[in-house]
Amino acid sequence: MSFSQEELVAAAYAAVFVFVLVYVAIIAAKLVRLQRETSELLELVGRRRTTASEEIHVVEPSREA
Amino acid sequence: MGVALVLALIVAPEDADQGISQRIFYIHVPIALTAYFCFGLGALKALFLLWRRDERYDLESYVAIHQGTIFGALTLVTGSIWAQASWGVWWAWSSNQLVLFLVLFLFYCAYFMLRFSLEEGPRRARSSAVYALFGVALIPVSFLAIRLAEDFIHPTVFTREGPQMSGSMFVTFCVAWAAVTLLAYVLYRVELAGKRLDLDLRELRESLR
Repeated sequence: MSFSQEELVAAAYAAVFVFVLVYVAIIAAKLVRLQRETSELLELVGRRRTTASEEIHVVEPSREA
Repeated sequence: MGVALVLALIVAPEDADQGISQRIFYIHVPIALTAYFCFGLGALKALFLLWRRDERYDLESYVAIHQGTIFGALTLVTGSIWAQASWGVWWAWSSNQLVLFLVLFLFYCAYFMLRFSLEEGPRRARSSAVYALFGVALIPVSFLAIRLAEDFIHPTVFTREGPQMSGSMFVTFCVAWAAVTLLAYVLYRVELAGKRLDLDLRELRESLR
């Protein structure tokens, strides 16, 4: 199987382009995962805050009494 | 990068000896030089880790070597295609520079095997740093192999008399080199930021448990 010079030049540049594209796609997938994890953690912090403020509300009236 | 592509594929004159296949030079050589630079940067960060005992250099060294491996793989792929275009073979075992670059590439591939076979912590950081420093010795050997071994298969473009190419070809090469270096820098920063964010999130998750 023989390739023309033009095809080989195109193949070399296409290989670089594909490598960079795959790399960017991997980084993008990672960023999506990090974004999801950040929102999960924010949700967890929010839930804890709500629980903590409910506990304060429960404790405060008994203190007054 | 776009300017570099236009210059390399359209503006630069065709080489009288190699013809159109010489245009691979504008992507192959900058990528190879960037791979050497990334491996060197990884070794430098490893040296800082051992010297200053600062853990952040471990991640920086790892990311630089990872970039070097990616650019090293690209060097081998583009070089192989250029070899097919110029010499009619995909690989020449008789060329010392090719074989030494392959050795350098495989050496740094083994870095990841070593790194991921150890438990995360200072011991892994130190072992990885020492390994990265050993590899840096291969860089000048690989770079100068063609001159040391008088290899006539792989062409020598940069000699003591300066670059063996016309002015416009040299400008194209410089622009392509700047573009590839910039690309490597951006990829390095993005990967490093991602890894640091990942570590911070892991720490935050553990502290929230």
